[in-house]
Amino acid sequence: MNFDYSDDQKFLKKEARKFLEARCPITSTRSVLDNDSKAFDHKLWREVAEMGWTGAAIPEKWGGTGLGHVELCALAEELGRVIAPIPFASTVYVFAEAILAFGSDAQREALLPGIASGDVIGCLATSEREGVILPEEMSARVVTGKLSGVKIPVTDGDIATYAIVAAQDEAGPGLFVVDMIDEGVVRETIKTLDPTRSAARVEFKDVPCERLGAAGEGAALLSNIFDRAAVLFAFEQVGGADRCLEDATSYAMERYAFGRVIGSYQAIKHKLADIYVQNELARSSAYYGAWALSTDAVELPEAASAARIAGTHAYDFAAKENLHTHGGMGFTWEVDCHLHLRRARQLGLALGGLPHWRERLVRSLERYSTL
Amino acid sequence: MDFKDSPEEAEYRARVRSWLKTNTPTSRINRTIGDEDSQSIAAAKAWQAKKADAGYACTTWPKEWGGAGGTPTESIIFEEEEERLGLGNMATVFTMGLGMCVPTIMAAGNEADKKRFVVPAMRGEEIWCQLFSEPSAGSDVAASRTRAVEADDGSGDWIINGQKVWTSCAHYSDLGLLLVRTDPGVPKHKGLTMFWIDMKSSGIDVRPIHQAAGSSDFNEVFFTDVRVKDSQRVGEIGRGWNVALVTLMNERLSVGGGFGPNWPELMELASRLPGVEGKGSVLQDGGFREKLANWYVAAEGLKLTRLRSQTALSRGQTPGSEASIGKVVSARQTQVLATEALDRLDQYGIVANDDATSIIGGFQQGFFWGAAMRIAGGTDEILKNIIAERVLGLPPEIRLDRDVAFKDISRKI
Repeated sequence: MNFDYSDDQKFLKKEARKFLEARCPITSTRSVLDNDSKAFDHKLWREVAEMGWTGAAIPEKWGGTGLGHVELCALAEELGRVIAPIPFASTVYVFAEAILAFGSDAQREALLPGIASGDVIGCLATSEREGVILPEEMSARVVTGKLSGVKIPVTDGDIATYAIVAAQDEAGPGLFVVDMIDEGVVRETIKTLDPTRSAARVEFKDVPCERLGAAGEGAALLSNIFDRAAVLFAFEQVGGADRCLEDATSYAMERYAFGRVIGSYQAIKHKLADIYVQNELARSSAYYGAWALSTDAVELPEAASAARIAGTHAYDFAAKENLHTHGGMGFTWEVDCHLHLRRARQLGLALGGLPHWRERLVRSLERYSTL
Repeated sequence: MDFKDSPEEAEYRARVRSWLKTNTPTSRINRTIGDEDSQSIAAAKAWQAKKADAGYACTTWPKEWGGAGGTPTESIIFEEEEERLGLGNMATVFTMGLGMCVPTIMAAGNEADKKRFVVPAMRGEEIWCQLFSEPSAGSDVAASRTRAVEADDGSGDWIINGQKVWTSCAHYSDLGLLLVRTDPGVPKHKGLTMFWIDMKSSGIDVRPIHQAAGSSDFNEVFFTDVRVKDSQRVGEIGRGWNVALVTLMNERLSVGGGFGPNWPELMELASRLPGVEGKGSVLQDGGFREKLANWYVAAEGLKLTRLRSQTALSRGQTPGSEASIGKVVSARQTQVLATEALDRLDQYGIVANDDATSIIGGFQQGFFWGAAMRIAGGTDEILKNIIAERVLGLPPEIRLDRDVAFKDISRKI
């Protein structure tokens, strides 16, 4: 039994942290926040790709570094810490994973090398309206190989070069790969609660597309893609949550009130201890998810759901209480607390909210019971 | 990240399984710690001796002290296999001895004490209790007032007077680890000394405490002119607090698991209880499902957190600070899950089910024992202080009594 990063993985993580501290300071994230026309930090994206991060879980034969999924988890944790303003999650955790898992060899050869090199930015388009939407309720349609429909919000939909779109055809719900550089793709950047990540409303008008995976299996494919991505998202959440705790703790050690640092008051100490507890639980669940993802375990559905629930809960909680610990200053634009508050919500919603994941979890537990 | 046994671990597990198959005792213990009858204790002692003979008691203890000199992973494997056969409770009467008191003797005691106590404790021949808490020294255990005064007959013996409380198993223990005040003239942490004591000594009066859950597992222990030899001292005079810290650290590692039924039992119960509208089952109720998901995540998260600590142990490292979160989460969860189970039974939830091995009886026990677990071995508040101070590095609590001679501390009882 070995339930931790290996020494090599720890080394990778340490190097990644060093790199991101130098190349992704909070000013990088703020430059995207404060500039409506800047969708992401291009330079950082290029550098990250050059170091092989976008291809960390892509085998060498398709241009990746073939490091593995646990290594990718380690990188995700570091990217989460710094609120990286790049389309890494959409491209790597979602798009690349989906192509890896369900793409034909032709699709893998066509798309994975581009992801590894940083030339391809991918996204996943599922949502069409307010509320949870099931694949069989989607109105996007594919008729004779052409896709039509509207998706909103699509994270990185305004900058993606390729998309995986959930739509229905004569066989029922399916997934389809779309080259976004097509005149039938009309995209419009939309404003979201987290401007450090880009999102769009994307309209497809008779756009050529190619099926991903089996016909009519859209629901099952999507479910697996969500599970895989949820584990990687959880590592970003754990990274962000740990950073919030560090920020809150160091502020509590320097801010004085009533003649002593506020970190000496039990109300603050216990609050920070509560964050610590949630973060550790989330980390343990994320590790289990990493194991399930990297070994293709049958336990992936419940492992992913648990990692998702614990990760979302921990980052939301840490971000809120970090802001609160900072008092009035925490509510200003200039102090970084709101960047975590925003990113925590972005990560917590991009793959579907907690009620959705809790239901997924209980359903997978019911599979095991003898009811 | 790997949950599979290594080839050596798999071989060890196979060996354990086959040994358990031929040696498993027929009786099981289903009573809470301290509430066992003499038959159960005899069965537990016999089982412990059998394990010791085969090298499965105190697997990780060094061979020179009668242990198996095994790895932490081997110890975990044995516990897992024992648990699988419902034998998890068979060693609880030895928790205080093997988990706390004897490791303290091994760390701070003299050679004669180690020779005298380690093997009999490991073989289950002697049961230990921990005599730390007092009526006015709970969370603030260093405020102990039980006095040890040197006898005036030149024997070098100590005479002990005072009272300890919440002492699990004292009524059937052979030995105790006793924290006493030897010098009230110095600040509280500096005037304490540790002794081991024979619980049959003249002047010791053990009185069971009738607890909120109805049973009597803990005791009050009164000391009236109890004479102990100076050779029973564990560590130096005035260094009792440092010795106590060894015990307390071990206590937090050995207490921490959940109590009684958990989410699978709650799920099973929910599947056979009707939903609020009379339609379907509780398990089909959206509100219940959301809570169940959260409890699963917390329970499994804790289990996985323990695996992280065990990984550190198996790599020869000290478990990280993550080990400190166990009881804070599990104790409260025991209480909350039990309350939900009773709620879902609706009016019938109030009807006592005395079979603690049944799901409902188990949750009813958990309803009371969750409250106890949030206090025992460090209250929620003390544990959060520990996390904040030792893990996060926040300032210690303001202590008004720190530099004051113990006898001058003002206090209200």
